[in-house]
Amino acid sequence: MILFFSIALKTYCMNKLLQFSSITGKVIMALAGVFLVTFLGVHLGINLLLLSDDGGRSFSVAAEFMSSNPLIRIFEIVLFAGFLVHIVLGLVVSRQNRASRPVGYVVANRTETSFLSKYMLHSGIVVLIFLALHFSDYYFVKIGLVAPPEGIGPHDFYAMTLHLFSSTWYALFYMFCFVLLGIHLNHAIQSAFQTMGWNHTRYMGAVKVAGTIYSIAISLGFMVIPLYFILFR
Amino acid sequence: MNYTLKIWRQKSAKERGEMVSYQVSGISAEISFFEMLDILNQQLIAEGGDPVAFDHDCREGICGTCSLYINGRPHGPVRGVTTCQLHMRSFSDGEVIHIEPWRSKAFPVVRDLVVDRSALDLIIQAGGYVSVNSGGIPDANTIPVPKHHADTAFDAAACIGCGACVAACPNAAAMLFVSAKVSHLSLLPQGKAEAVKRVQKMVARMDELGFGNCSNTYACEVECPKLISVTNIARMNREFLSAKLFSEKEKIVRDSI
Amino acid sequence: MRLNAGIPEGPIADKWTAYRSAAKLVNPNNKRKLDIIVVGTGLAGASAAATLGQLGYNVKVFCYQDTPRRAHSIAAQGGINAAKNYPNDGDSVYRLFYDTIKGGDYRSREANVYRLAEVSNQIIDLCVAQGVPFAREYGGLLTNRSFGGAQVSRTFYARGQTGQQLLLGAYSALSRQIDAGNVTLYNRRDVLDMVVVEGKARGIIARNLVTGAIERFAAHAVVLATGGYGNVFFLSTNAMGSNVSPAWSAYKKGALFGNPSFTQIHPTCIPVHGEFQSKLTLMSESLRNDGRIWVPAYKKDVDRLRSKEVKPSDIPDSDRDYYLERRYPAFGNLVPRDVASRAAKERCDAGYGVSSTGFAVFLDFADAIKRKGQGTIDALYGNLFQMYEQIVADSPYETPMMIYPAVHYTMGGLWVDYELMTTVPGLYAIGECNFSDHGANRLGASALMQGLADGYFILPATISNYLAAEIHTPRFDPDSSEFTLAAEKVRERLVRLKNTGGKQSVDHYHRQLGRLMWENCGMARSQPGLEEALERLPLLREEFHANVRIPGSLDEYNPELEKAWRVADFLELGELMVRDALQRRESCGGHFREEYQTPDGEALRNDEDFTFVGAWEYKGKSCAAELHREDLNFEVVKPSQRSYK
Repeated sequence: MILFFSIALKTYCMNKLLQFSSITGKVIMALAGVFLVTFLGVHLGINLLLLSDDGGRSFSVAAEFMSSNPLIRIFEIVLFAGFLVHIVLGLVVSRQNRASRPVGYVVANRTETSFLSKYMLHSGIVVLIFLALHFSDYYFVKIGLVAPPEGIGPHDFYAMTLHLFSSTWYALFYMFCFVLLGIHLNHAIQSAFQTMGWNHTRYMGAVKVAGTIYSIAISLGFMVIPLYFILFR
Repeated sequence: MNYTLKIWRQKSAKERGEMVSYQVSGISAEISFFEMLDILNQQLIAEGGDPVAFDHDCREGICGTCSLYINGRPHGPVRGVTTCQLHMRSFSDGEVIHIEPWRSKAFPVVRDLVVDRSALDLIIQAGGYVSVNSGGIPDANTIPVPKHHADTAFDAAACIGCGACVAACPNAAAMLFVSAKVSHLSLLPQGKAEAVKRVQKMVARMDELGFGNCSNTYACEVECPKLISVTNIARMNREFLSAKLFSEKEKIVRDSI
Repeated sequence: MRLNAGIPEGPIADKWTAYRSAAKLVNPNNKRKLDIIVVGTGLAGASAAATLGQLGYNVKVFCYQDTPRRAHSIAAQGGINAAKNYPNDGDSVYRLFYDTIKGGDYRSREANVYRLAEVSNQIIDLCVAQGVPFAREYGGLLTNRSFGGAQVSRTFYARGQTGQQLLLGAYSALSRQIDAGNVTLYNRRDVLDMVVVEGKARGIIARNLVTGAIERFAAHAVVLATGGYGNVFFLSTNAMGSNVSPAWSAYKKGALFGNPSFTQIHPTCIPVHGEFQSKLTLMSESLRNDGRIWVPAYKKDVDRLRSKEVKPSDIPDSDRDYYLERRYPAFGNLVPRDVASRAAKERCDAGYGVSSTGFAVFLDFADAIKRKGQGTIDALYGNLFQMYEQIVADSPYETPMMIYPAVHYTMGGLWVDYELMTTVPGLYAIGECNFSDHGANRLGASALMQGLADGYFILPATISNYLAAEIHTPRFDPDSSEFTLAAEKVRERLVRLKNTGGKQSVDHYHRQLGRLMWENCGMARSQPGLEEALERLPLLREEFHANVRIPGSLDEYNPELEKAWRVADFLELGELMVRDALQRRESCGGHFREEYQTPDGEALRNDEDFTFVGAWEYKGKSCAAELHREDLNFEVVKPSQRSYK
């Protein structure tokens, strides 16, 4: 599917009308990324309700609201588009980047840079795999594409969560993915500022610190939930 | 001191290349890296071999001719210097030194360690100038330029066009090079008049030539022998976006009568 | 041959204006039909090619580098002079003219120098408009510094990289013309011969350095902007590729070579460290504004310094010999380059040199740091200090720099008339390549001025006076017999070089030539030394042609072959330099003949017999070159003995 989209987008790019430059592509990707980063915050807020000791009532109310409110339904489409744009552009850009150095070096690059900044594609792909899994566990169940496990209703996200985290392996995989997401975000946030041209000697330091704090918060915030379920349930 | 050199040898652009091992011995720590290569070449000529071709000219760190990817780093292990300013005291006795040409689709190998960097010229030709003729120029002091702007413009203008940024970039992007010129000229009132056009033309040319995209790893900044900052890239992105978003479509004016 | 410089009539201040008003012009439609070849892309070449392109001529520009931006003008550090008088310290066009004539030790042409001073102001205006980031005051206006002994502050600068910024300005103007299609760039080309048809320069033969192909290019005029020939000394501050070959081929095709022995030895370079040294690095002369030059006053301290028993800072002020301040109290450390260089040589030859090789003196910033603070010194010289530390691994903040004179610039070059045309019609020489406006010694920050003056303003105005008569000459066919013959000769010479099949590398001979030239025709020259060189040079040349080894083939990228061609020409040039030095039985500027000095060791000029430009004519391989004189008439400035005491 991704390949399909990548090809589709490539032909789209070829179209003279919509041909955009490397910088425009990066800016669109960054904007989509900023959008996704904001969404993660909202998602985390709702997920943290899982920790409230009320048998999942408040979480379910929030989940119900998110899946029934018509405005949010529209927003959902935008969100999917955001994901798609970010992922597809990420892949296209990576492909172009590889093509720009057809013969590589014998000795791997030893430039002292932030090590993980070179692995955005890799961390992104892990997050993408997680996303696919996440979709098949929740969204596809909700819209009826995938049958839920026995005894769990298609809209009962709380029960689904309990069910998934009852597997320690799943919980560990979940946490691993969020470590990588954190790494991805840490570079992504300041990177988005740079791409948008909002790099200023006065405040870039603060942006980097804030970006790191936010990515750690997101990553830890999501990881707290499976930890809580493994340790206390 | 003695070194083992592993050097990329390639007869011409068309032929295949490979890494070849050489030994050099009795090298003084005080000589420069190129003087060490000179010694190797004298050795090769005496043995009836083919000397190693490498680009070099001023040997004082300013012309930007020298390149070389040494042990995984453009311009070698010392920050803020070109290969010609590298001395053997930066290497330890017995070290194995790998020397490769710079790699990028836009920089094809000419021979051995020599690459063709004409692509950088083509980018400048697309708009890296202020369109003024040599007559009718107002007095140099007509337009005051805030010292801070002049200094920042200078920092960007210090680019020597060596292409280390491209060589270091995991994506072989030329963003630091292009942004240095865009910044230099857009920071000065003299360059503002055509700033909108310049940034678009230069970025378009850069894309055409097959350089990669910027993924903000900032390897370019680390390897730049003139320590040019990536804030220039942000400035270019900013200029480019505002040019694309806010500039009006250019009218074609026929000024013939 | 009678040399006619073609100086316009009238008072000196009006000559250039009068010339331009009378010069013939070429109509825009005809300019398109005229081809001009420019060889070299330094300040002079790039600015000339850009301006000629802007005027509408069809320009072809050549450089041996991979891009025009790398020409060695880029390495000029200090600055560029102009008579703007922005600091209001009494400068004027006349004063710049006067200083240049005097600094050149009265061996340059008044009319040319006046014109140079006249256009100097326009250069600054144009460069600023191009976006050259000159140093500025907080108020936003341009700032100046005094440089190389000038008593006014007339030097514009861009940190320690003025040459780079000016060249990038010219390169950007050139790039604009390339993009507009007015100029075609031929990079990685060595220009190996001039093609002269019926007495006029009509084209060149070049070698494509990547493929080895011998290429022919025709044009209505050829402009040489190939820089200086300092590399004849092997060790110099020139770039590795800097060479005399295009100018030398012009000489062999009938262009006269003016004052070949006038070379400038720059006083502040990093000393030679060992036998594998490949080049010398200049430290900007601006350092002398704040640094004090000294050697120990006593021999015992010299020995202890060399054996590293004591540090320079351990030697008390009373035991130091600030020899420039001692000998020249009025100018002190700011005496002109030739004077400062010779004084350093004198001390080192007397055994007071401070490095292990014995050929170095101290340039000390301790006092300046104490007086102005480290911050100020850092702002002024930070990048130079870093550069020094990178090469020598010593910090000038902590210990004095060690410096020694090195070959830097050549005042000599192809003889040109007022229009910058050589004795071959249609062949021009601009910038350092011509015998220049600097006489026997160039003042600091004047090389950049001359290169850009020639390229942006003078040549574009004078070349039309010649080309106006060429508008009916159709484009030349580079396949005509003259071109074919020239290309064949170049190929033959390359084959001969390649097939020498000897044992020694090109560098081996280049080093020997360099040492011979440095010792016998360097900072101090004497009749016996020069005569010895005249005997040894032909032998060295013969040995080179019998025993040099050039690997690889003709038809490929072959740097050794490039070097061989260049060194073969240097070997011939060396002899002409020596002949010229021998002929000039006086000391003037950079040319110091030991026999002609005052009792206290200062240069002794002989105005009566030597107020002329020595222009040499090639007379074939087996005959010695013939000397022609262009007498210099000083109508405005009266020559006097230079005194900096």
